[in-house]
Amino acid sequence: MNKTLILSALIAGSLTGSALAQTELSLWYHGAGSANAEEALVNQLVEEFNASQSDWTVVIETFPQLAYNDAVGAAALAGKLPDILDVDGPVMPNWAWANYMQPLGIDESTLEGYLPGPIGRWNGEVYSVGLWDAAVALTTRRSTLEKYGIRIPTLETPWTLDEFNSALETIKASGDFEYPLDLGMAWKGEWYPYAFSPFLQSFGGDIVDRDSYQSAEGILNGDEALAFGEWWQSLFTNGYVPGTSQDSADRETGLLEGKYAMSWNGNWAALPVVEAFGDDVLFLPAPDFGNGSKIGAASWQFGISGTSEHPEGARAFIEFALQDKWFAAFSDGTGLIPVTASAAEATENYKPGGPLEVFYGLSKEQALLRPVTPGYIVQAKVFEKALADIANGADVADTLDAAADEINEDIENNGGYGH
Amino acid sequence: MMAAVSADNRGLRLATRYAVLLLVAIIFVFPLLFMAMSSLKPDQQLLSDTDSLRAFLPVGDISFNNYFAAFERAPIGVFVFNSVLVTGITVVLTILVCSLAGFAFVFLDWTGRGVVFSILLATLIIPYETIFIPLLLMASQLPWIGTEGIEIGWLNTYRVQIIPFIADGLSIFLFVQFFKDLPRELIEASRVEGASWWFIYRRVVMPLSGPVIATAAILKFLFMYNQYLWPLMVVQAEEIRPVMVGLGYFTDQLNVPWGEVMAYLTIITIPVLAFYLSLQRVFIASVASTGVKG
Amino acid sequence: MASKLTRSNRAGWLMASPGIALIAAFIILPFFLAFTFSLTNQRLASPNPTKYVGFENYRDLLGLAYFTLEPERDDAGAVVRSADGDIKYPRLRNFTRNNPDYPNLQGKREWFSWQSGENRKVVLASDVVFMKALVNTITFVVVVAPVQAGLALILALLINQKLRGISLFRAVYFMPVVVSIVVVSLLWRFIYSPGDGLLNNLLSALTFGAFTPQDWLGNPSTALGSIIAMSIWQGVGFHMVIWLSGLQTISPTLYEAAQIEGSSKWQTFRYVTWPGLRNTAILILIVITMQAFALFAQIEVMTQGGPLDSTQVLVFQAFERGYGKQDISGGSTISVILFIIVLSVSLLQRWLTREKK
Repeated sequence: MNKTLILSALIAGSLTGSALAQTELSLWYHGAGSANAEEALVNQLVEEFNASQSDWTVVIETFPQLAYNDAVGAAALAGKLPDILDVDGPVMPNWAWANYMQPLGIDESTLEGYLPGPIGRWNGEVYSVGLWDAAVALTTRRSTLEKYGIRIPTLETPWTLDEFNSALETIKASGDFEYPLDLGMAWKGEWYPYAFSPFLQSFGGDIVDRDSYQSAEGILNGDEALAFGEWWQSLFTNGYVPGTSQDSADRETGLLEGKYAMSWNGNWAALPVVEAFGDDVLFLPAPDFGNGSKIGAASWQFGISGTSEHPEGARAFIEFALQDKWFAAFSDGTGLIPVTASAAEATENYKPGGPLEVFYGLSKEQALLRPVTPGYIVQAKVFEKALADIANGADVADTLDAAADEINEDIENNGGYGH
Repeated sequence: MMAAVSADNRGLRLATRYAVLLLVAIIFVFPLLFMAMSSLKPDQQLLSDTDSLRAFLPVGDISFNNYFAAFERAPIGVFVFNSVLVTGITVVLTILVCSLAGFAFVFLDWTGRGVVFSILLATLIIPYETIFIPLLLMASQLPWIGTEGIEIGWLNTYRVQIIPFIADGLSIFLFVQFFKDLPRELIEASRVEGASWWFIYRRVVMPLSGPVIATAAILKFLFMYNQYLWPLMVVQAEEIRPVMVGLGYFTDQLNVPWGEVMAYLTIITIPVLAFYLSLQRVFIASVASTGVKG
Repeated sequence: MASKLTRSNRAGWLMASPGIALIAAFIILPFFLAFTFSLTNQRLASPNPTKYVGFENYRDLLGLAYFTLEPERDDAGAVVRSADGDIKYPRLRNFTRNNPDYPNLQGKREWFSWQSGENRKVVLASDVVFMKALVNTITFVVVVAPVQAGLALILALLINQKLRGISLFRAVYFMPVVVSIVVVSLLWRFIYSPGDGLLNNLLSALTFGAFTPQDWLGNPSTALGSIIAMSIWQGVGFHMVIWLSGLQTISPTLYEAAQIEGSSKWQTFRYVTWPGLRNTAILILIVITMQAFALFAQIEVMTQGGPLDSTQVLVFQAFERGYGKQDISGGSTISVILFIIVLSVSLLQRWLTREKK
């Protein structure tokens, strides 16, 4: 069969010369310069897709991550979007609403058995799908917790608020660490809403009312949110957590060097910890602050741009990418979570008994999408600033009031964002 | 007492002068020294060295590994070439266009001169950051005559990085300020002798304008070479990206490779330093020559 | 006679037109577009039609209110005090949130307040962040313009000496200027690093350990000062060179004359050097002021406006709203307000430095 393929290719080649009737599709990707295998794998995916059929040639353009969304915004203004877009999950509704993107139009039955995070839905339609998801856990050592007689929590019975607070106090009082907990305050930007809004949601508040997406009043500044805010501030006033001026180098190495007892960090940072601590490492679920443990979900995903003249080609590429083979390859290469259980079984880290298996469970059980609304872009920034301000000592109620007001004003200015 | 300054005293005063100069020099150079030295160290050591004077010394595990790694990570040569090309062309055109305008404002008397100059002065105070969005909308609609006739849209080209920045109020203002101090009799004498304005500009005024050309060129060079936001918005293809956008290849990572960052910063700083040092000589020479004539 | 020789409409327009046309097309026109945006609800990305909203964006930014907060009183009418003896006041949010009795306070926040007898006087703003950005920007300009110009002049005098190797020092002093402000900001993040950062180490070494390490960029009371110091460090070399070129245009014969007349160093500076630097001084003051108003990259790289808005500035806010929050009309409005402020300041500067005839 291979021979016939080659033969037909030769014939086709001799008939039409080198210029086969292929249409070029442009693809933009956010990870320029990333040292990990992600960029190489995306390139490999593109190459294999190009080789697998003769209708389309995907051409990839990579961007530095922080510049990516700006570049897409600028290109959209200028009417120069590529055919295939790489999009961060929570940003997708904004781009879909602004017509930067169009519905994928793939058969939804192919998405059965996927984790919830990697499927990007807006207005009842799927706009983007990811080849992986990410999850966050409290990373620490079994020996540390045992030393201070702290119960090791499980997915079924995570720490309660009181348990968590007293664990922090016990470790703090021991004086063995600079800080009991590292939340990664050095990572500005999307990390704040991604990593910390689940705490607020576990308290019973949220960034915006998810039934209507028309208001944050009473949600972001209601009693539950105020309780969250007071607790959040206490982490800093009690000296449990390094503040917003945390050194990014300490964020990278603090846990390994013994400056911090625990670290709230993503699965992408998990492998070095496994290497350093071996069997002693623990990836613990988020505490249950009253409404169940919650963690953020959705990572980068692929979608079709609103102005693509060849959506069928873009769709063919995305469908080609949605294979267990690629899920497993990306997971093995980058430590990210594969989106299906069957792919997980084929990976080194997430197969039963694998060192990161726990993250698959976290992602499946606790993942909560960030607010699915075009206004999220603004809400994320407002939330980030509010959390930074509270951490730096601002009045909790006033800060959350102001944040809720700003979100409401933005929703109003945008005519309700099409909900 | 004033007359009896001893040789010793003079030596001491000289030493004090040099000591002051040296102290100030240290203040200006230490962050750059830190950058250059750090670029030779592995990340771990780089970070731990910031606790002490070791941060400024080439000690410990020294190598050029960061440079090799940096070249692996990003097409640095392409970025530097693009920046130098875009910057070089802009600087040359700026000097030409803005000195001509400055010349017209100072030496020529024409209807509307005063009003136009006031408007130009007002534009001095518009930061580019605040007009980039409308500028982007415009640039995407502008026509251009290319090899295949008229095309619409300037995005993703070199020209969109160059043309909007050729003329600016500050450069014109610099030339105006400088031309004002040139002796007017010189120009009037040439006019009496029947020289054309173009001749006077090219043969009389510009040869005297070394210092202001150097100043305007350095200023424009720095502005262009350090552009970040604008190329980010208008340039999508990697082949025509400039150095500052390239910085994102290093700093946009979750775990920033600081050694490579320092190596990259060192690499991209070299062309600017070279440009300044080469121009400094011209600059000083011109100042000296005008001094002789004045 | 002279006017006849220099009168030339055609040549004048011809020579000036390339510059004028380019500035008109790429600075003035976009600025007017920005002004137009400021009167609408234009967004960066939105399927909604753009509407004309008049001066609403300006009202949202500039709205102010003044309010007297009276102490809480118990049933007997006595002022309620906390355990430490502080007077207790009702929370401001009771008045600013959905209180039909105070429609003018709706949605406003406390900007600053002061004590007046038993009462507390509060100034509220519709947009406190903008107000803080405005104050910080003005503070930055008011500190940086004179300090940087003065230091630059001292440096220029320092390297205007006839000494062996002086051009080396001149090059070194200028070096920070040629390094991108983004690069400089990245480097200074290490210098200002809290705890065992470079600056903290240096200061405690100089004071033999008496100095308590500071969190320079993380403390609201030192953050803006730290950025000011770094900005001056980076920019002072450029203005030094401008002063220097001014110094070198002063004729040496004037100095010789002063020496013959036996004037002191200060007298020479006061009566020979300084008058000769008049035009240079005006140029430098104007250039520094404008550069200072455009403060942006340092904030973007180092603090993002924090902590607690202590380093918010106008251009950063314009950028943050226009791009980050997709609110082009809001960002453009800040740009226009900034333009009006800088225009007034430079008109004032021109009036103050006008040639007195």
